[in-house]
Amino acid sequence: MADTSGMSGGRVAAVRDDYMELTRRKRLYSGILLAVFVALMVSGFMVADARNAGGFWDGWTNVLDFPRVVVAEAAEKAGELPGHLIAFFPALIETINIAAVSTLFGVLGGALLSMLSTRGLARWPRLIPLFRRMMDVMRAIPEIVIALVLIFVLGGGPVPAMIAIAFHTVGALGKLFSEVNENASLKPVEGLASVGATWTQRMVLGVMPQVAPNYLSYALLRFEINIRASAILGFVGAGGIGYELKNAMSWGQGQYDESAAIFLLLFATIVTFDQVSSLARDRLTHGRKSEMLHQ
Amino acid sequence: MTMTADNAPDLRAQAGRLFRRKRLTAFGIPLLVLVYLVYAVFAFDVPGLIRTADPENGRTLIRDSYSYKTHVSRDNRSGEVSVAIEGERKGQYPDGTAPGWVALGETTVITLDGGGIVTFGPDEVSYDIPGYGLVTARPGNGGANATFPTEELPEWINASKNRVAITTDEARLTITRRKTEVFRYETGWELFFFTLDSPYHGVGPGEIAARAMSGELPAIWNDFWHNRMWRHADVAWALFETVLMAFLGTFGAALVALPLAFLAARNFTPLMIVQQVARRFFDFFRGVDALIWTIVLARAFGPGPLTGALAILVTDTGSFGKMFSEALENVDGRQIEGLQSTGAKPVQRYRFGVIPQVTPVLLSQVLYFFESNTRSATVIGAITGGGIGLLLTQAMITQKDWEEVTYYIVLVVLMVFAMDWFSGWLRRRLIRGDDSGH
Repeated sequence: MADTSGMSGGRVAAVRDDYMELTRRKRLYSGILLAVFVALMVSGFMVADARNAGGFWDGWTNVLDFPRVVVAEAAEKAGELPGHLIAFFPALIETINIAAVSTLFGVLGGALLSMLSTRGLARWPRLIPLFRRMMDVMRAIPEIVIALVLIFVLGGGPVPAMIAIAFHTVGALGKLFSEVNENASLKPVEGLASVGATWTQRMVLGVMPQVAPNYLSYALLRFEINIRASAILGFVGAGGIGYELKNAMSWGQGQYDESAAIFLLLFATIVTFDQVSSLARDRLTHGRKSEMLHQ
Repeated sequence: MTMTADNAPDLRAQAGRLFRRKRLTAFGIPLLVLVYLVYAVFAFDVPGLIRTADPENGRTLIRDSYSYKTHVSRDNRSGEVSVAIEGERKGQYPDGTAPGWVALGETTVITLDGGGIVTFGPDEVSYDIPGYGLVTARPGNGGANATFPTEELPEWINASKNRVAITTDEARLTITRRKTEVFRYETGWELFFFTLDSPYHGVGPGEIAARAMSGELPAIWNDFWHNRMWRHADVAWALFETVLMAFLGTFGAALVALPLAFLAARNFTPLMIVQQVARRFFDFFRGVDALIWTIVLARAFGPGPLTGALAILVTDTGSFGKMFSEALENVDGRQIEGLQSTGAKPVQRYRFGVIPQVTPVLLSQVLYFFESNTRSATVIGAITGGGIGLLLTQAMITQKDWEEVTYYIVLVVLMVFAMDWFSGWLRRRLIRGDDSGH
């Protein structure tokens, strides 16, 4: 009796030592990882600081100088602001149009590619890896690369930006869509196949109704991202509000009232679409949940 | 029984309405999309674009991306002949040397593929074009003074008094009063490894390896790394700078956003006003687009990678703050209560009750952003002037270094692939068991 209790006591002590040892080692590893991370951050910051034209420590007190000048000038010429807002509104519409058209093409292309690369749905199962790699490459190429090449060939304007963003969107949405497709039930597809439906009919009638809410939710999210992207691409010469901003900025001091108007338009647009799309997405997912509960 | 009979027409009408509505949406939505696209065609002025588009630019771009041209030019005043790759000083053959198809001498003879022969004589230039005949010219004060074998010129010859341009599949000859030049296209990226002034130019890979083994490796590496045509060292540094921007921006944003996210989470901040302030703060930082932040910050810090990193940091603070606070609101309260029951202090409750729960979620979001920010850093770099984005735009602005543009594009894609793979690997390593969930 005394023996066994002594033995179990020893075992408990051994287990505890083991556990403490394990915890200590885990902490050590976490500590090392943290130290490496901090070292990377600090040294990275120092390298970036050294390579920058203006240093961080000199510059950070001036961060608000530019916004202050812009706000002051805008306030000074507050009377002209509504006029500027109206003048730049068409450019804003162009930016939104670029985002909308590229999202539309992205949804169409992404849906097609995702179905071609989902097991069970694919038209040519052997080519699944090919379509997957294709989406990876489309996702990997930054929009600016395609936009600049197309600007050279096609000339400046909204179309190069639209194609560039659509290309990227196809890859990005294709990946998300194929994750949605994996969860789609194959029963309607098999049912349609048994009555002799073609592949297109199976996809449109069997899969689409199941995945449409999720597709729409991802598409809305992407639309919001694409508005930002099309504004940025405008800055490198692809039309829309970004291009106007670049021009307005080049007027320089004393002329920032136009820039202020553009900042305001861009900010309002992004916040609006951000809120609307998050509301709509919320309704899409929650609406679906409640329907599922009813069944 | 009677009830169903009574209700039947009603139900039928209901079903009919439902079908009508479905049919309407099934046809209506595609129709709306189509109408919108037609509107977009005109809004984007596609017909005008097709008119102004320059397919010649596209052809040049594609040809240049996989081939290079060697310029053989003769100064018509002094009679000097020089050979240079892409016509650049950096790619010039040293005096008295030339590639095998150019025979320098009193009369320089250039042998082209397909049997064409161009000669640069002391006063006369000639191009023997197979299947057409001999074109001769005596460029001088009177102009190009060219004579052609046929009266009627084919469309690939463009001749005026002062300028003659002959474009064939293998080469292009231009004769002006001052200068005679032959461009010869060849496949490949010439001088990619070593420039002409390096002793290793034109040496086969086997011999390079052998020489590297015998102690010349530093010299070989130096010649390759500091290649003046392709600037491998600068390109590698630019790639590093781009990744650095993404790294500093993403992880910096995560560090700033984490404490703020606690303030915005419903279950951690009972004070409604603090919550609302924190949330509006995030909305503001997200709403002011990366483009605007980039411009504002570039004013304060000047161009460079730090500006790009800060622009990413500021924008992503908003996104992370929102995502983190949502993750924190989904934290399981029972674990925290359990810790509380053992007498844990607030700091300990956060450390052992909250952090272990949210870390996998937050980390996986941060790593996703890291990968996508590598791409954003390329674009932001083009605006602020840092990293591979800057090199890319610079090479594109010259409108002739398309082989370099292609090289950068390939590198950018490889970089994004590498980051994608790396962040995925890190995610799997740090968050064990996460793959089962996905």
